[in-house]
Amino acid sequence: MGEIQMKNTRDGNFLQRVSKVLLARREASLVILLAVILVPIVVRSPQFLSFTNIDRIINDISILSIVAIGEFFVILSNGIDLSVGSIIAFSGMASGMLNEAYPQVPVFFLLLLGTGLGAVMGAVNGALVAYGKIPPIITTLGTMSVYRGLTFVLSKGTWVTAHEMTPNFIGFPRQSFLGISALIWMALIVIVVTYYFSRFTRSGREIYAIGGNATAAKFVGVNEKRIRFMVFVISGTLFGFAGSLWTARYASAVNEMATGFEMQAVAACVLGGVNFAGGAGAIPGVVLGALFLGVLNNALPVVYLSTFYQTLVQGMIVLLALVINTMVDQRKTRKLLEQRRAR
Amino acid sequence: MAEQRDLVAKTRLIQETGWRNALIELFTKWEVLLGIIFVLMVVFFSNLSPYFLDYFNLMNATFQFSEKAIMALPMIFIIMCGDIDISIASIIALCAYAVGTASAAGVGTPGLIAIGLAVGAAAGLVNGLLITGFNMPAIAVTLATQSIYRGIAQAALEERAMTKYPAEFGFFGQEFIPGTMIPFELVLYIGLAVIMGFVLHKTSYGRRLYAIGSSPEAARFSGIKVKKIRITNYMLMGLFSGIAGVLLTSRILSARSNIATSWDLEVITLVVLGGVSINGGKGTMWGVVIASFLVGYLKFGMGLLKLSGTIMTIVIGTLLIIAVLLPRLLDGYKNTRKMRRQQAEAALQSAKA
Repeated sequence: MGEIQMKNTRDGNFLQRVSKVLLARREASLVILLAVILVPIVVRSPQFLSFTNIDRIINDISILSIVAIGEFFVILSNGIDLSVGSIIAFSGMASGMLNEAYPQVPVFFLLLLGTGLGAVMGAVNGALVAYGKIPPIITTLGTMSVYRGLTFVLSKGTWVTAHEMTPNFIGFPRQSFLGISALIWMALIVIVVTYYFSRFTRSGREIYAIGGNATAAKFVGVNEKRIRFMVFVISGTLFGFAGSLWTARYASAVNEMATGFEMQAVAACVLGGVNFAGGAGAIPGVVLGALFLGVLNNALPVVYLSTFYQTLVQGMIVLLALVINTMVDQRKTRKLLEQRRAR
Repeated sequence: MAEQRDLVAKTRLIQETGWRNALIELFTKWEVLLGIIFVLMVVFFSNLSPYFLDYFNLMNATFQFSEKAIMALPMIFIIMCGDIDISIASIIALCAYAVGTASAAGVGTPGLIAIGLAVGAAAGLVNGLLITGFNMPAIAVTLATQSIYRGIAQAALEERAMTKYPAEFGFFGQEFIPGTMIPFELVLYIGLAVIMGFVLHKTSYGRRLYAIGSSPEAARFSGIKVKKIRITNYMLMGLFSGIAGVLLTSRILSARSNIATSWDLEVITLVVLGGVSINGGKGTMWGVVIASFLVGYLKFGMGLLKLSGTIMTIVIGTLLIIAVLLPRLLDGYKNTRKMRRQQAEAALQSAKA
């Protein structure tokens, strides 16, 4: 198949070749699209590309990237996780409350607590899906409300506000190291590690295999249950980690925090070219998808749309990306069929 | 000696299983189990609270769940075909916004109802066309339209609420059938359940739903217009969400962009708890009707015991998971019994020979 694509790119004139290469890679087309929407925004408000604004956007999408990568692994295995916001809320609330109750506990352990709790909640999801054979959508629809309810139970309905937390905790995301904030470093580490995992490890490749064709994967010896369990543990871990970061960055832990965040996580994945049928997609695309959303959210006020339009615009973009993904996919299948017939 | 004892035990197992099987068959039937749980729940709550078994209270409590129960009816069709719709709560918000705006513009009650139902049906139709037209996964599409439908209401209403309605508009969501203590909403729900139950169990449309759910491929090859039926299902879902939207607006006489959030969870829970298999092809109207009263009165009872809404959310979420897990365990139990019996029979035959 790789050979056929190579041959195709050699056909036609230079422009056609370039466009073919660009369109073949989702990452490339996203970058172009990003540039296209940036032009009118920058024309209208040149400060949009100022250093402080770019810094703000990247800080904003750091948490989203981590969460979207978690969602990516689940969608890659042909599942979905709707309990994103609830896991973030529970982990964030727990680390906020621990910080309030025991200010002497170092930040590292607060992050560890959130991450660990997330892993446990993800493991519950994974066990129900892999071993209880409950479809991911039903499982996570159920645990979404269970975890959110447990957050209320944990906090007894109260909030943790900025002055109840230590300056250490709420200050660390902004601490900069080599000119880059700690929050961005965290996101970068997650991106690099998960990229390596998904590309170069056996388990990572097995997720692609299960998502692409579970029956075929099972026949070549992939342990389906283990993989399905694992993707939810990975996603839960990342959501939990993001929850602790969320509390620190926004300097408050509220019961309703991150409600509806599953939509943004899924949006980043779909924009990044992750196939909902499973088995296709990559981390760089997801990160670019998150960046795209970040720019968009940031640009709404510039084009005189109130933040009340955010949900609507996001929904429309996801729908559009879905349609494009499907059409590209169908065209690929048709081409493959034609090639097979020609041979 | 030991062999003989074993043989006797096996013979007894087979003899016993005759009537015991019939009983086990009956009591592992999902609808019967739900009925038993319902009775147990009533006994439980009426022992704990003197206000539970009160005719007026019981009737009044139905206001809290009739709208969700109405939405569960077309959701049966959708889940039966192996689909899902998580945009229904947003469709309600969209309908409420449309009804509220029309009312503020001076449209009368019949017009308001027509607008609510039309907007709902249109939203459902869009879902159906997107899903079948582009062949996209239902969960992804309805997740997107969930944002779009509520997003429209949010962009238009912002923080405002539409609270101006004609005086008689409140009838549908608040009043009782004149001369009785039966709420209009409840009567409407039962009426719609009878109609939808008839469609599901007595018409070719219903039989086709089961066929699609069992195997969409086989259904398509046997000449069933799968796409058309799925689109119809989504349109029905939208229409019934529109009905629920009108009822809810009429009940609370206020349309905000954040109404009915997380209703999708509860509606899907009702359907799944009612015994409709999420893998498609299985389930009855009876089960879902019993489940709607079960969950409705469970929440009412918990409210009487002064349990918070949070606890109820946890219970509903857990219920959803258990409702999927339990039938699988029951099936496993039935299968092992069957296998044991077959083994015993085989052993007996060979011993006789």
